[in-house]
Amino acid sequence: MTESMNIKLKVWRQAGPKAQGRFETYTVPDANPHMSFLELLDVLNEQLIKSDQDPVEFDHDCREGICGSCGVVVDGVAHGPQRRTACCQLHMRHYKDGDTIVVEPWRAEAFPIIKDLVVDRSAFDRIIAAGGYISINAGAAQDANSLPIAKTAAELAMDFAACIGCGACVAACPNASASLFTAAKISHLAMLPQGAPERKSRVTAMVNQMAEEGFGDCSNHAECEAVCPKGISISTIATMRREYMKAVLG
Amino acid sequence: MKPVLDSHIPDGPLKEKWGNYKNGIKLVNPANKRKHTVLVVGTGLAGGSAASTLAELGYNVKSFCIQDSPRRAHSIAAQGGINAAKNYPNDGDTVWRLFYDTVKGGDYRSREANVHRLAEISNEIIDQCVAQGVPFAREYGGLLDNRSFGGAQVSRTFYARGQTGQQLLLGAYQSMSRQIGLGNIEMFARQEMLDLVLVDGKARGIITRNLITGEIERHAGDAVLLCTGGYGNVYYLSTNAKNSNVTAAWRCHKRGATFANPCFTQIHPTCIPVSGDYQSKLTLMSESLRNDGRVWVPKKQGDNRKPKDIPEEERDYYLERRYPSFGNLVPRDVASRNAKYACDEGKGVGETKLAVFLDFAEAISRLGQEAIAARYGNLFEMYERITGENPYETPMRIYPAVHYTMGGLWVDYELQSNVPGLFVLGEANFSDHGANRLGASALMQGLADGYFVIPYTLGNYLASNDLPKVTIQDEAFATAQTESTAQIEKLLSIQGTKTVTEYHRELGRIMWDHVGMSRTEEGLQTAIKEITALREDFWENVLVPGENSTLNKNLEFAGRLADFLELGELMARDALERAESCGGHFREEYQSEEGEAMRNDDLFTYVAAWAYSENGHTLVKEPLEYESVKLTTRSYK
Ligand SMILES: Cc1cc2nc3c(=O)[nH]c(=O)nc-3n(C[C@H](O)[C@H](O)[C@H](O)COP(=O)(O)OP(=O)(O)OC[C@H]3O[C@@H](n4cnc5c(N)ncnc54)[C@H](O)[C@@H]3O)c2cc1C
Ligand code: SF4
Ligand code: FES
Repeated sequence: MTESMNIKLKVWRQAGPKAQGRFETYTVPDANPHMSFLELLDVLNEQLIKSDQDPVEFDHDCREGICGSCGVVVDGVAHGPQRRTACCQLHMRHYKDGDTIVVEPWRAEAFPIIKDLVVDRSAFDRIIAAGGYISINAGAAQDANSLPIAKTAAELAMDFAACIGCGACVAACPNASASLFTAAKISHLAMLPQGAPERKSRVTAMVNQMAEEGFGDCSNHAECEAVCPKGISISTIATMRREYMKAVLG
Repeated sequence: MKPVLDSHIPDGPLKEKWGNYKNGIKLVNPANKRKHTVLVVGTGLAGGSAASTLAELGYNVKSFCIQDSPRRAHSIAAQGGINAAKNYPNDGDTVWRLFYDTVKGGDYRSREANVHRLAEISNEIIDQCVAQGVPFAREYGGLLDNRSFGGAQVSRTFYARGQTGQQLLLGAYQSMSRQIGLGNIEMFARQEMLDLVLVDGKARGIITRNLITGEIERHAGDAVLLCTGGYGNVYYLSTNAKNSNVTAAWRCHKRGATFANPCFTQIHPTCIPVSGDYQSKLTLMSESLRNDGRVWVPKKQGDNRKPKDIPEEERDYYLERRYPSFGNLVPRDVASRNAKYACDEGKGVGETKLAVFLDFAEAISRLGQEAIAARYGNLFEMYERITGENPYETPMRIYPAVHYTMGGLWVDYELQSNVPGLFVLGEANFSDHGANRLGASALMQGLADGYFVIPYTLGNYLASNDLPKVTIQDEAFATAQTESTAQIEKLLSIQGTKTVTEYHRELGRIMWDHVGMSRTEEGLQTAIKEITALREDFWENVLVPGENSTLNKNLEFAGRLADFLELGELMARDALERAESCGGHFREEYQSEEGEAMRNDDLFTYVAAWAYSENGHTLVKEPLEYESVKLTTRSYK
């Protein structure tokens, strides 16, 4: 059978958006290498509840790396040490008995803290609402195979469409830029002929919205790509810039 | 008083019903659409597609979801694909065949007319999604690719790698976002519906809780669309996302909507097995893996050798052996039950012995590792991330897990519940999958309901009914709000000793042991007793931390568990009542000598709809009439 580990957690606690936050240290004496990182937080929370303390709030839902709900900074790295892995799929076998783990929320002006590790990412929704779509009403589509798309283009579109909207790219960026997120959607739709008619209006609207939300500019640090759980390539940002230039220059 | 259930199936031959229906309905004048407010609860494939389509038509839509963004609804997690009868591979598919497979797969417990409509609409869904920019897999010629799924002998499943649900949901989300940007949809994220408000017997509003501030809100409208997903989390461990719940549906049920076939649950055969008691959910490995993976166990009981050390002749590829014509692609219920039998016989593998192998060695040697990686790469990675084992080198260990609920609120052909003005879409209704759902058909149903059915049926309702203006000042809103508040206060005031998770795990254990893959009269009676006792204990001894006025996930989960504790009992009762085996509902008393399910069509060809009253539940039967399909014993041999 697997052995249990003693893990120390330093967790950011903040009662509400305006409250002062601080780190609190807790010990989970019986962590198991097979458990996920969020299950470790579950175990901690059960401990806290039983000892009459407030549990740590964190966002989570699918716990399989696809919904984009979860997201915390683990030991200074958004989503933690395992590459291309959302923190719900980070497993404790990557830690050892006696380790201390520091857990913080995403930190960015455009993502205000709601409570503990939970932040408000609604700015992402507003960026998509500004133009991250193809305008087609239900019922108006032609036969799906009437528009062949080269397999390579479709595959690339899928690579870009894989973004889960978690916000790790923003959390990792020294400028708190939302460029990778925004560029992923722009690149997805730019790969496809269906996206062509709105190409220009889309990129300008989305880029403007991104600025309006208070996200910083991109200065090519590439920290975003390094933490992205879906491996969205930073080349999308170059695509976004190109699309933007084409749109504003005519 | 027992409600009367009329399915409102249109006249005419099966193939003409939907057309006839559309020809006969009333339409809402374009200028009047704006005047109608429609409340859409849920933003998964069903709710997302409904909200965007209704907004496109000009209705005034208010949309609600629990997550912080509509894009995160549980539909996002669907992996394998979506069915349609396009017949692009030219392998003999037709609308009729998709209809027939779905009715047969559902073990003849679904409504013919609904299923036929679903099959008819299926092709339009693919067109719509492609037009939205959904990056489906393609062949080298640039045309769409298909794969096979369980329960079918044609290739009709469209997919976007192992992320089909994500891509379809993002398509719907983007369409919704466009309408939000245009001001046609008002979006309420992090809001949980707690009650349905009826005025003059019609659904006219909802009560919600703002999950950040705890405030209780009232919303009024001309109709309510419930698109709140399935209730698999009644088992605690399931493949459903943690926030999936029955609360909205259950509260509507308590306001009069009948709940149909609650015991029909789907146990998915290929999930990653449980590893310990901290386990918080189970991860599905897509059914598409059964295209190339071979399921086996050692022939010898308690064989502890590594899989690679077990020679071919000492392996039992039990699905291929028992079902030569469908082999590893038998429907889910059949595959799950057989995995259970293998483990019950002591042939299970892995540390807990509650697992069987899913082996890709043969496919890898035939097609090469690269081809397998192209098909399933992300699933293999996910498996390795969770288990620490590399499935290219050693077979996956899999075990069945609760996955989908075919039961749900009863609806008629128009997707309307027996409460006028309350429509139910997607997994939350009971309508199309009978006693067992075939793979890749939930996505199809959710999108059919939202993009192509509700725009017609809702319009018909709004145009045919006189709906005097209702405001949130109405008495009914105040009463419902008071009740919701009282429940929250009660939960917080108990301050007992057991946490919400502890209770939920306990409920899950009862459900899995007695209302799971295999059920008996005795077990179901035990379940009813145990659940009743657990529920009483919960209301005396639960420990919900914190307060109402801030984000408090334990409080949210406590409210949802309270409803699961009632639903669980009804599921057991429904399973007890249905003295036959069909689809996912397997009663040990009703099986053939070879252990196959035995239906009883004479007695049970009906929908079991349960009506709620303070004094308990009563059963209302909607007889199922098969005009076009002949009921036969489902055989996959
Ligand atoms: C892991 C997994 C893989 C799957 N793969 C496939 C597949 O490959 N093919 C296939 O066809 N099917 C698949 N399914 C099934 C399919 O994904 C679901 O049946 C389907 O997505 C359900 O969609 P829905 O719109 O009905 O509900 P959901 O997507 O569950 O959405 C429910 C919505 O309701 C909201 N909600 C719930 N309760 C409330 C409340 N009280 N107040 C406010 N909002 C509320 C939620 O926030 C959410 O927005 C899979 C399921 C799982 C679990
Ligand atoms: S680009 Fe990557 S890191 Fe950024 S939101 Fe999308 S998935 Fe998350
Ligand atoms: S919880 Fe869904 S991505 Fe982590």
